[in-house]
Amino acid sequence: MFSFLARWFGKEDAGSKHVAKERLRLVLVHDRASVSPQLLQVLKEDLLKVISNYIEVDENRLEVQIDRTENAVALVASIPIKRLKRLAKSLA
Amino acid sequence: MGEVIVVTSGKGGVGKTTATANIGAGLAMLGHKVVLVDADIGLRNLDVILGLENRIVYDLVDVTQGNCRLRQALIRDKRFEGLHLLPAAQTKDKTAVSPEQMRELCGELKEMFEYVIVDSPAGIEQGFRNAIAGAEKAIVITTPEVAAVRDADRVIGLLEAAELNDPKLVVNRLRPRMVQRGDMMNIDDIIDILAIDLLGVIPEDEQIIISTNRGETVVQEDRSFAGQAFRNIVWRILGEPVPLMSFDRELGFFGRLRRLVGLG
Repeated sequence: MFSFLARWFGKEDAGSKHVAKERLRLVLVHDRASVSPQLLQVLKEDLLKVISNYIEVDENRLEVQIDRTENAVALVASIPIKRLKRLAKSLA
Repeated sequence: MGEVIVVTSGKGGVGKTTATANIGAGLAMLGHKVVLVDADIGLRNLDVILGLENRIVYDLVDVTQGNCRLRQALIRDKRFEGLHLLPAAQTKDKTAVSPEQMRELCGELKEMFEYVIVDSPAGIEQGFRNAIAGAEKAIVITTPEVAAVRDADRVIGLLEAAELNDPKLVVNRLRPRMVQRGDMMNIDDIIDILAIDLLGVIPEDEQIIISTNRGETVVQEDRSFAGQAFRNIVWRILGEPVPLMSFDRELGFFGRLRRLVGLG
């Protein structure tokens, strides 16, 4: 009875649509994150270009991937540093 | 020179064919020359929705394979001056037509008609690619459900990848009462997720089933709520900025009362 009243007086908040919306949001993050390997490769090259302006990195061990967990999707890059360039040092 | 509009959705059963039939009939009612193309080869349905199933002689595949001339395959709907149907083949499969042939066909049709509306099959495989091949504009149909919105999102991505930019959204089977009590996503929720322009909202309406049973469209039913929604969509396609209809009538007495006191 209480839940009935809560729904009557609680506007849309008590309904199941929030569950639907949240599930959709998550599933779409996953769907939209299905990036092609080619795109990832181009992204990797561009990243390398920018980072190399500041830092000398180990190109062969550079890793870029899409990481999916239950609640989020992240772009994860592992970029081993060889050494910092002088420019970066002076900025620091 | 007409324009080619594809009606698509990804998910099956959300109302593509019904929407195609009603938009086409609605445009014809306002005096436009329209052809509806059933691109769902092997599973044709647009003919029965329009009540024209007994008049098919040739079909789309007959045209692309050169078994008949294009004009021979077109069925004129006698109830709506200007409305024509190019039926799908029922005994072939989707590979019987190529995207290139569809592009050519649509090119020919838009020389003859103001509006060429292509009813896409469900899915994103070859049938879908055929359906969008000749199109310049796209209408995406969804319902306020997780699976349908998800598939719509996928299809919007594929349409944009095919450079069919700015697809317009139609939300079908909205139940105002369920929206009011928070058990159905509302239009803002769906637009927020899909981030495309809204072309219209069709409320759930028993009259659609009744009309479909008879092989008629609902758009000419003056008193039907869904019919009004389709008429509004037609006006918007023609460039008239018709406001979204209010669903107050659907809410019933208590629903309206709740709205009145600011609860819905």
